[in-house]
Amino acid sequence: MTVSAPLREPEVVLRLAGITKRFGPLLANDGISLELRRGEVLALLGENGAGKTTLMNILFGHYVADAGHVEAFGRPLPPGSPRAALDAGIGMVHQHFTLAENLTVLDNVILGTEPLWRPWSDRAGGRRRLLDLASRFGLAVDPDRPVGSLSVGERQRVEILKALYRNARILILDEPTAVLTPQESLGLFATLGRLTADGLSVVFISHKLHEVLAGSQEVAVLRGGRLVARRRTTETTRAELAELMVGRPVTAPRALPLAPGEPVLALAGATVAAPAGPPALDAVDLTVRRHEILGIAGVSGNGQTALADLLSGVAELAAGRMVLLGSEIVAPSARELVRRGVARIPEDRHATGLVPGMAVWENLIAERYREPRFSRWGFQRRGGAMAHARALIARYDVRGPGPAAMTRLLSGGNMQKLILGRTLSERPSLIVASQPTRGLDIGAVTYVQEQLLEARAAGAAVVLISEDLDEILALSDHVAVMVRGRLSPPLPRAEATIQRLGLLMAGHWEEHGAIAQAGAAHAS
Amino acid sequence: MRLEPRASVPLTLGLLAPVGAVAAALAICAALVAWSGASIPRAYALLAEGALGSRLALTETLTRATPLILTGLAAAVAFRARFWNIGAEGQLYLGALVAAWLGGGLLDLPGWTLVPTVLIAGALAGSLLLAGPAVLKTRFGVDEVVTTLLLNFVVLLFVSMMLEGPMKDPMGMGWPQSAPVLPEAELPRLAERTRLHAGLILALLAAAAVWVMTARTVWGYEARAVGGNPRAAAFAGIPVAWVMVRTALISGALAGLAGAVEVTGLKGYLTLDLSPGFGYGGIVVAMLAQLHPAGAVAAAVFVAGIFVGSDAMSRGVAVPTYIADVIVAVSLICMLVATLLVRFRLRKG
Amino acid sequence: MAEILELVLSAAFWTAVLRIAMPYVLGTLGELLCERAGVLNLGIEGIMTLGAMAGWMAVYQGADLWTGVAVAALAGAALGLLHAVLTVPLGLSQHVAGIGVTLLGTSLTYFTYRMVLPQATTPPTIEPFRPWPIPGLSEIPVLGPSLFSQTPLAYAALGLVALVAYVLYRTPVGLGLRMVGENPAAAEAQGLSVTGLRMGAVCAGSALMAVGGAFLTLSAFNAFFFNMLNGRGWICIALVVFASWRPGKALLGALLFAGFDALQLRLQQIVGPALPYQVFLMMPYLLSILALVVMARRAAYPKALMVPYRKGER
Repeated sequence: MTVSAPLREPEVVLRLAGITKRFGPLLANDGISLELRRGEVLALLGENGAGKTTLMNILFGHYVADAGHVEAFGRPLPPGSPRAALDAGIGMVHQHFTLAENLTVLDNVILGTEPLWRPWSDRAGGRRRLLDLASRFGLAVDPDRPVGSLSVGERQRVEILKALYRNARILILDEPTAVLTPQESLGLFATLGRLTADGLSVVFISHKLHEVLAGSQEVAVLRGGRLVARRRTTETTRAELAELMVGRPVTAPRALPLAPGEPVLALAGATVAAPAGPPALDAVDLTVRRHEILGIAGVSGNGQTALADLLSGVAELAAGRMVLLGSEIVAPSARELVRRGVARIPEDRHATGLVPGMAVWENLIAERYREPRFSRWGFQRRGGAMAHARALIARYDVRGPGPAAMTRLLSGGNMQKLILGRTLSERPSLIVASQPTRGLDIGAVTYVQEQLLEARAAGAAVVLISEDLDEILALSDHVAVMVRGRLSPPLPRAEATIQRLGLLMAGHWEEHGAIAQAGAAHAS
Repeated sequence: MRLEPRASVPLTLGLLAPVGAVAAALAICAALVAWSGASIPRAYALLAEGALGSRLALTETLTRATPLILTGLAAAVAFRARFWNIGAEGQLYLGALVAAWLGGGLLDLPGWTLVPTVLIAGALAGSLLLAGPAVLKTRFGVDEVVTTLLLNFVVLLFVSMMLEGPMKDPMGMGWPQSAPVLPEAELPRLAERTRLHAGLILALLAAAAVWVMTARTVWGYEARAVGGNPRAAAFAGIPVAWVMVRTALISGALAGLAGAVEVTGLKGYLTLDLSPGFGYGGIVVAMLAQLHPAGAVAAAVFVAGIFVGSDAMSRGVAVPTYIADVIVAVSLICMLVATLLVRFRLRKG
Repeated sequence: MAEILELVLSAAFWTAVLRIAMPYVLGTLGELLCERAGVLNLGIEGIMTLGAMAGWMAVYQGADLWTGVAVAALAGAALGLLHAVLTVPLGLSQHVAGIGVTLLGTSLTYFTYRMVLPQATTPPTIEPFRPWPIPGLSEIPVLGPSLFSQTPLAYAALGLVALVAYVLYRTPVGLGLRMVGENPAAAEAQGLSVTGLRMGAVCAGSALMAVGGAFLTLSAFNAFFFNMLNGRGWICIALVVFASWRPGKALLGALLFAGFDALQLRLQQIVGPALPYQVFLMMPYLLSILALVVMARRAAYPKALMVPYRKGER
């Protein structure tokens, strides 16, 4: 079998009509109608929370729309069935890959392509077809490697191959560049070019303007669950799209120039072991001073989590030194770092930041519940804790049912404000912020960024770990890049262009040779 | 149909859930009663009468409930911190063994210190037994469900070994049972001509203490945080491993106390059929109570009533006494489904 | 020492090993199937108990032995279905649901037994499976009389190990099953039904466990006793971890374990009253705990084990 276009594929391959979807009080999609033309890339542009992902999940059958319908190749698509979407030739590459790490590439690709109850599996045929597709579209993979051993970019290739293997004629990519280096993103656009030349059609979901302009023929802009504009890419501008997307002229927070003060944190040769294989954090040197934000950029999975864990006191320092405000910390623990004035904003609010099943006030004292203001003789002082919670809720504008309510009832943005309130209100000297704006809507993003800048102005040193280059460049005084557990030397912001950072992300810096050697050693 | 989390759970719904679950369980088990050929209303009337219908029935039920309150609390305390102690049966037997050993004349203490010493020693024995699985879990990542379950069998064999060996009662006519505890080591009776003993007061005090601990103390706060989200608890600086071990020690102590109380309050000596599954019953009690200590008291009385009542039912109509175990098991399963309906509401689409 | 050596080399010893091993083999295989699909099945003890009674009861009531096996499997699958409904579509705690299923399975077994046989004091017996020597092979010394003179149900159990291994690693449904245990969202995205696969695996696994229980009453012994399972189900859960969720290693683990068990029984006779017999009886349980401790660090759990999956949940 080969991928070939049906003889009379219509000009419009996909049509969405009046799609409406509610989640409780939230209107995620409000009467959205769209068409996708054959052989084109349609960019779906919008901020977080604009309804892009919901729309695509409806199209792919993960959700059922409250109203409206979907047509693929002129035929209506039954709602709520991923199987029907697959059979109609729609393939989806999710933002969070749907791959099983313990299984091989081949297992992941052939899953669900054979009749479920056939008493054998044609693995040889599957392998041939996979390699054939891989060479045809320039997506090299090794079918027998476990997915867990692949880089993020390679995993994305597997996801695209999975869709092509199933004869997808329409490919939906949800925020595909969020996990790639700028250079890998260019590679992805080249792949999309080959695919559309072959007659496939692509929906490309993004909130990054330059990518949308670089990689699409048509742009549809979503805002607040509604389709606000459609433009041919050649007939629009970056400024116009930005204003359409946000709904008002954009004013991103900017860092005021401040003279850096005394060093707050210094790491020398800091190393964190991984459960298996090379260290997760490999001999990292870093210094950050008062009034300074050090941005740590990099493709996810290159040791940022290990760095954040170390600075949060939940990972062990296997080798190297950590000095905080002039005194060495031999065995950093969460409790000790908090006591010494480190504010920690974790990468995953739900999984590590908060206990969703506990009350808001209980989460607000989680780092300091043993202090005399919150407990005495082993008994909690509920009055003190409640007053503290009320004050923080007012000061950090946490919207929700109040301090006694369950934390899980809050929105993502309000959960993040809760964490900000818990840590920043203690006037920290060091802030470790890991992906602090991930998944937040534009209002909350601005709020979080302003809070970080305010803390910097008040004299805090900030380590900002983010995969969002725009955010790094907007806030940082210096930028360093993580690659395979190592940290590049920092660049002053003025010298940190996207182009240069992209090269660093690919591992090209002064120690280029050493990095390449290390890579070879790991591979062998 | 799909499940949507409720914003808040009304108190009435929380109280209604166990009642509904129990009613559903009784309705389902009516099929088994019908199979035996007995009249369902008559059988259930006999059950209710046998459990609550007379002074004797009521005190028997409360006597049965005493160890169940304690094992129910043991399960509730542990489950709250997501520590799956399924080994209360073993901890109970070890507590009973130590109580029978120390109370049987080994210690020569005045009466008012002997009883507390024996009880505390029994609780400590349960604690120590559970410390093993707790340390294996926190240090080596060994699943505590299987280790606590397997230890039940080990302890039972150990008890059997002691009862056939060093602790065998020379006056026991060859039966594997321990010598009776000294009269000074016995708990006082609460009412004339019944078997109700001061262990019930102890169990109620334990329930109150667990309540205060869970809701008002730093220890309870830490345990709830660890149970709610261990990663977030560790991130915030709560010593997760120590909290787990400490919770396990408390849980094991409660189960061990149950055994010591049965020996010193009710039986006076130890045999291999001391517990008709109080350890496993405690799990049902804890779930019916939604892990709440006050609820554990009510749920223990219910479970005990089912057991005491079905003895009467079995005598009146020919239903095997095992009906009690079936009713309790079905109650647990119905309660699980009920908790789902408490936390979520069913929505179409 | 020489006595022990002689013992280990005797055919009777190995016959005993295989007889002891089979319930573990089937129980472990069944648990493995459930856990590979992402569902911990603590109902195993109750399911094996029910299987032991149901299979025996069917034969006692006049059915032939293979019908007894089928009845046991069906009874196991029915209890498995209950566990599956509670844990898969309803997403309830797999621990508590499993304990509930065990309590229900055990109590229902005893209730039914007493309903049918109210007065039986000594358990009535049936005519169990007879050894079925394979011509030729059974004449090999030591190996022959032990390995190739088993009952048909034992051969069937060995065949099931191969079958489960083949299904897991060489068929589309096996791949789907492993996938729902690793990443249910991925299986869903490829058009598979997570609910269907998980429920199917739990039911099939529970049927295997129940047949493991029935092996005790239809092949190893000829009667049903209360407390017959005596924790065998829980030991199977430890064996699954020991076997790293692989059918071949599960067979190996069960045989190894049964070997120790058989040795322990013989040692009791040799050592005699020098040590209380309870010390020997504790061995299997302590050995299981030891196996768990040794394997805990190395265990590569199925990634989605004990993680409920709700479609479309964000």
